[in-house]
Amino acid sequence: ASGAYPKRVKVVEVGPRDGLQNEKNLVPTPVKINLINMLSETGLQVIEATSFVSPKWVPQMADHTEVLQGIKKSPGISYPVLTPNLRGFQAAVAAGAKEVSIFGAASELFTQKNINCSIEESLGRFEEVMRAAREASIPVRGYVSCVLGCPYEGKIPAAKVAEVSKKMYSMGCYEISLGDTIGVGTPGSMREMLAAVMKEVPVGALAVHCHDTYGQALANILLALQMGVSVVDASVAGLGGCPYAQGASGNVATEDLVYMLHGLGIHTGVDLQKLMDTGTFICNALNRKTNSKVSQASCRL
Amino acid sequence: QEPQASGLPEYIKIVEVGPRDGLQNEKVIVPTDIKIELINQLSKTGLPAIEVTSFVSSKWVPQMADHKEVMKGIERHPGVQYPVLTPNLQGFHSAIAAGATEVSVFGAASESFSKMNINCSIEESIERFEEVTKSARNMNIPVRGYVSCALGCPYEGNVVPDKVAEVSKRLYSMGCYEISLGDTIGVGTPGSMKKMLEAVMKEIPLSALAVHCHDTYGQALANILTAMQMGVAVVDSSVAGLGGCPYAKGATGNVATEDVIYMLNGLGINTGVNLCAVMEAGNFICTALNKKTNSKVAQASFSTGTV
Repeated sequence: ASGAYPKRVKVVEVGPRDGLQNEKNLVPTPVKINLINMLSETGLQVIEATSFVSPKWVPQMADHTEVLQGIKKSPGISYPVLTPNLRGFQAAVAAGAKEVSIFGAASELFTQKNINCSIEESLGRFEEVMRAAREASIPVRGYVSCVLGCPYEGKIPAAKVAEVSKKMYSMGCYEISLGDTIGVGTPGSMREMLAAVMKEVPVGALAVHCHDTYGQALANILLALQMGVSVVDASVAGLGGCPYAQGASGNVATEDLVYMLHGLGIHTGVDLQKLMDTGTFICNALNRKTNSKVSQASCRL
Repeated sequence: QEPQASGLPEYIKIVEVGPRDGLQNEKVIVPTDIKIELINQLSKTGLPAIEVTSFVSSKWVPQMADHKEVMKGIERHPGVQYPVLTPNLQGFHSAIAAGATEVSVFGAASESFSKMNINCSIEESIERFEEVTKSARNMNIPVRGYVSCALGCPYEGNVVPDKVAEVSKRLYSMGCYEISLGDTIGVGTPGSMKKMLEAVMKEIPLSALAVHCHDTYGQALANILTAMQMGVAVVDSSVAGLGGCPYAKGATGNVATEDVIYMLNGLGINTGVNLCAVMEAGNFICTALNKKTNSKVAQASFSTGTV
């Protein structure tokens, strides 16, 4: 159904974390800091800055403390960081973090392979983080991975996604970002999944995090918007490949998302030109081509 | 396949334009036998319509210079249409002589585009097409009409939806059985698609409408979804996303057939098309062209070895 669209959409920029984390080349700290500073000038209100995870697992994020302390923090902009456990949370807060994110999954196998424990165990770890965050008055965003498919399990029942989302929301996450981790979703599976989740979590607390591995991201996002979702994650220049499909793309490009939203008359507060300039900067620094089609096109309208 | 999502057509006819629109916008001149092999492979995928070539002067479009050989050389599978472009009466006669049984004419919703592209005004082009449709009617040859720049023009910028409706109506009234609305430079979004279709649907029955979306700004699938939600049931696409954008150097053009079918399959919509077979045809032509596919589904599938 093509119902009314939200008047405003909050764009959550995940390039500096999710994007860079999945780029092969290690990015020097000053480049990361400059990227985030440039993004802070575009009108984006939320920029995921880094991940307080062990550098043994994610070398790209080894400089998390330096990055968080080095960026210019603009008032009115939130700089959430990933914290996989209590230790990461404490390090993040010590480094000045004012918002954190935790990452669950709707697939048992994915959880096992990704963080070496069951979904139930991971939720137990998150409880510790939630408690500490509550005490420190730090908002926590919850991610659920594999909501439209898993690289190991294949299809994921919508009810499972709803169950994990509900648990994370009940724990105290202010927002649940539903991630199509391998980009296999289509508007059909997106609708089915959201219908199930919306029975358990209010739509105002939902976000979608779509990967463009199969070119479906914008169509999936459009469907989500039609169902009332008004928070969308994206990555500048479409940074970040897919670790499960070599050479394939990953995150949807923020530029392409903003182009669509503006075309729909939806307010984002984002300056597309400044965003494109930021994309150009990071692609030059990474010596790679952009994954954003809007950026690639040079048509003037 | 998933059970069909409500509110959408149960069946979508895919019109494959790779061999014509796709190859026409590729830099490398493709040998005739490769073109024929591509079309033959596409004929086995279940696609109901494959645009074969263009009976246009080779002076203007060198890529299509071998139109007669291609038309005569391809296998004609029962149940598959093989339309060809015919810009004028001369092209039409030539097409019929070569065995064409369906033709297409190309109008535009922008005066500047019409002048720059085919050297005449919209009105003059309509007159040319009327000659074609009159002859076609006499010979029982169906004619498909295209309207370019339906969502924006590289010269004029914004295009008024009423203008698109007006040109569509002229083409439909002169006898075109279907009007394919083309977002020629891919600038459209679901917002402009909806407005344009609302205007056109006042003049043309839904069942006679098709959308031809370019993916230059990554908007194609979202635009196609919007069109389908409004009832449009015919979608043009190009295997492997063949065909760049002549107005934006290095940018992409046609939406990839594989990516469209992937979406339709996920929506439980019937197309009759075998996705794997299309990917193989895409792989064939990309190898022959020595280029990477523009289809994300093909990229992902070949990487994960799921093909």
